[in-house]
Amino acid sequence: MSRTPKTSVFLQRASYRQRRLRDAARLVPCLGLILWMLPLAWPVASASQEDAVRSAGLMYIFGVWLLLILLSAGLSRWMRVIPHDPPPETRKQP
Amino acid sequence: MTTFNALIVIALAYVLLLFAVAFLAERRAARGHANWLHSPLIYTLSLSIYCTAWTFYGAVGYAARSGLEFVTIYLGPTLVMVGWWWILRRLVRIGRAQRITSIADLISSRFGKSTQLGMMVTLISVIAGTPYIALQLQSVTLSFAVFAQAEGVFWQQTDFNRTAIWVTIGLAVFTVIFGTRNLDANERHHGIVMAIAVEAVVKLLALVAVGGFVVWGIAGGVPQMLDRIDATEIQLWEQDSGRWVGLIFLSAAAFLCLPRMFQVMVVENADEQHLHVASWAFPLYLLLMSLFVVPIAVIGLELLPAGSNPDLFVLTVPLDQGQGGLAVLSFLGGLSSATSMVIVATLALATMVSNNIFVPIWLRLQATQQATMSGDVRHVILLSRRISIAAILTFGFLYYRLSGGGTALAAIGLISFTGVVQILPAMIGGIFWRGATGVGAGLGLMTGLLIWMWTLFLPSFGVDAVISQSVMDSGPWGLHWLRPQALFGITGLDPLVHGIMWSMLLNAAMFLCGSLFSFPGPLERLQGAQFVNVFDHSTAAPSWTNASTGAEDLLIMAQRIMGSAEAQAIFEQEAQRQGKVGYLPEVTLEFIERLERELSGSVGAATAHAMVGQLIGGSSVSVEDLIAVADEAAQILEYSNRLEAKSKEQERTARALRDANEKLTALSIQKDAFLSQISHELRTPMTSIRSFSEILREGGTNGEEQGRYAGIIHDEAVRLTRLLDDLLDLAVLENGQVELHEQTGTLADLLDRSIRAAGLHDGVLEIVRQSSDEGILITADLDRLAQVFINLISNARKYCDAKAPQLTIRVGQAKGRHVVDFIDNGSGIAAEHQSLIFEKFSRLSDEAKAGGAGLGLAISREVMHRLGGDIAYLPEASGAAFRVTLPDTTAAAVLAET
Repeated sequence: MSRTPKTSVFLQRASYRQRRLRDAARLVPCLGLILWMLPLAWPVASASQEDAVRSAGLMYIFGVWLLLILLSAGLSRWMRVIPHDPPPETRKQP
Repeated sequence: MTTFNALIVIALAYVLLLFAVAFLAERRAARGHANWLHSPLIYTLSLSIYCTAWTFYGAVGYAARSGLEFVTIYLGPTLVMVGWWWILRRLVRIGRAQRITSIADLISSRFGKSTQLGMMVTLISVIAGTPYIALQLQSVTLSFAVFAQAEGVFWQQTDFNRTAIWVTIGLAVFTVIFGTRNLDANERHHGIVMAIAVEAVVKLLALVAVGGFVVWGIAGGVPQMLDRIDATEIQLWEQDSGRWVGLIFLSAAAFLCLPRMFQVMVVENADEQHLHVASWAFPLYLLLMSLFVVPIAVIGLELLPAGSNPDLFVLTVPLDQGQGGLAVLSFLGGLSSATSMVIVATLALATMVSNNIFVPIWLRLQATQQATMSGDVRHVILLSRRISIAAILTFGFLYYRLSGGGTALAAIGLISFTGVVQILPAMIGGIFWRGATGVGAGLGLMTGLLIWMWTLFLPSFGVDAVISQSVMDSGPWGLHWLRPQALFGITGLDPLVHGIMWSMLLNAAMFLCGSLFSFPGPLERLQGAQFVNVFDHSTAAPSWTNASTGAEDLLIMAQRIMGSAEAQAIFEQEAQRQGKVGYLPEVTLEFIERLERELSGSVGAATAHAMVGQLIGGSSVSVEDLIAVADEAAQILEYSNRLEAKSKEQERTARALRDANEKLTALSIQKDAFLSQISHELRTPMTSIRSFSEILREGGTNGEEQGRYAGIIHDEAVRLTRLLDDLLDLAVLENGQVELHEQTGTLADLLDRSIRAAGLHDGVLEIVRQSSDEGILITADLDRLAQVFINLISNARKYCDAKAPQLTIRVGQAKGRHVVDFIDNGSGIAAEHQSLIFEKFSRLSDEAKAGGAGLGLAISREVMHRLGGDIAYLPEASGAAFRVTLPDTTAAAVLAET
């Protein structure tokens, strides 16, 4: 298993950008998780109904949702535009 | 007002339309026009089977009861999709590389193509999936009942059951027709995928239409709608945090683990690139599906009489508002959600049951006949798959019947999710951690299944149905800590969160412990590496050795599974690749691996492995073999290293030996020459002595002649004596029997004595000295030292070949010792002879003029060694040069004592 693929330390600018895009793609769900955990701090409905979460809460949840969709769409679009670094040699199935 | 009969006609027409769509898609795919079927859009839409009738109808009811909590069911999958780079991409790649047919196949394949694990996962999936199918039947029958009720007909239980039976039969027919057309699960089910894509559009349209009607038709616009939401009696945010977090996790995990989701997401995936689009398009779909849920719930609660079932608001709100057409569209949306889910779920479950339970058992029964079983295996497998489809739908129907279709069933959705999520640890562990083992996976699955059944599944049948109230309150056999909803005495948790938490925690714990403390089998380790490092190398592990099977046997078996045309095509292709004419290729390991992969696309990895194993005779290569081979190689390497080292050493020794041999040979030649020389040397004087002594004996010689002859005899005798003295001297020196007589004198005196004794009176050799340096006092056996000097001086006299021979005697210091150099102006000694000159019997030329026997230098060296000094040849000088290193006085003294 000592076959370590030869990787260069410095990448082409495009490849570097591509990798950072992948990092960003990995981070999107983390962002979503954090934003969607914020409602845990909302006041729980009580009999007083004074500070109950209303349509604003609904809009927050859907707003985050839309944000994630746009981020994800943008990232996958950029990933396709920026050239990939040459894929590691994958043997075609015989 | 739409009549009920018209609704039935519309429903039938819709179903016919789906059949037609599926049929057309199949035909186009068969003709090779399948490109547009492989679009990311179709892929995204096919994922929508996640939104079942339970979510189509139930989400509104859920929102009406628990506010925003309903959205968690969609948030989890959204996170998984936008995070596709983490897990989905890996799953899809593994699915393609290993030709995975189902999630059970994935687990089985990962853990050494284990049949038992495949069965276990299948079992969990069926137990968790059947109630879910029942749930879909319930929603379809309920929606029919709503329309009947609108006409004033109140359905009895028999009506529900009759409808459910017909729906079940219809679904079974559709699934059998389009799900088992071909055997290779990896050759996608174009018909089904196309049909569910259409259904996805229909259900989205239906929900958006109802939502639009509610927001703009009833409420009068978005701001008014928001006002109504603010004024509603629904508590939008009232759940405890445990449920919020737990349900997001649950839905995300279930999205990955549900057999039907795995089917459309991984198995039916045609191109990894589709994930790029699906990563944002599917969350968008989910967003749209849930966007109008709260408005519909709010309006439904406002408009409809108290006590109406909020689960059916999507239908009843349009009906109440007199929007018959919209209601029918909504009905079709619900029908679509239910049918597409049931079809794919049934197909996925049937593939799992067939590949992981039926076929292995059948193979075992057939084991005695080996691979020579008669008949077409293909038909057997297809039949088993069809029977599985029917059986699963029947189970679903029976579950629906037995549970009574009541509210107990409605609660089953999330519980069913929790069931399949038990596969998660094994799956995630399997694809990310090479150390995950089959034992760990098995233990984890078992533990998870048991806890899930105890805490959630069995209680879901209702109080006293399976678990009695007393057990719920005080645990089985009075074991308080085993209460189904308060394990280990932890109370106060929401029952669902409680079940999720404990089942997942203990499942994962057992999985980890089992993995850490067990040792995986050989195939398992290979597969583990294949799965975890799927992005490094996407080929299957080499797993067969000694392929002695005939290609014909393999072809026969492959034909039985894949059908003759496909099998022959593969074999012919391989034969061509190998450069052979005809159908039968050489049975290489590579070919067997490829064949096994192709077969696993039809019957699953475990079964394919077993079937090929039957033919090959179970000669699967083991990691032990590999390790043994590797060890052997390492040993050989080490051995050869050692050999190399040894051979280097031997080379050195050999070189030394060769040198020694050369020296010996040269010496031996010298010795031969010496012997002939010495015999000559001895004989010559002896001959003259004998001759002259005979002449003297015979008499008749005058006195003058007598004197001359006697002189000759005396001279010859002296020569003989000198020769014998030399030999004796050397022998004594070499044996260490020499006695040294220590004296003290100056070097100058010693040199004077030596020059005199060397007999330079003929004036042939000129001596050059530097008397100023010669005043050194030396303490040694001066006679012996003089012997050495005499030898060197007379050698110079004898051998110096210069026209005017000259010997320079130079006194100096080297390495703290006094040295005396004797340098003549002759041509010196050739390099090849320099090593020989100190040897006994050596003489560089056989010229007799030397008059010695070649012992002088040997004797000198022995003497110098005895005295504690040295004599060496100085190669750098112009002529022959010898350096005598004078003995250290102390060393000489020490030597004298010994």
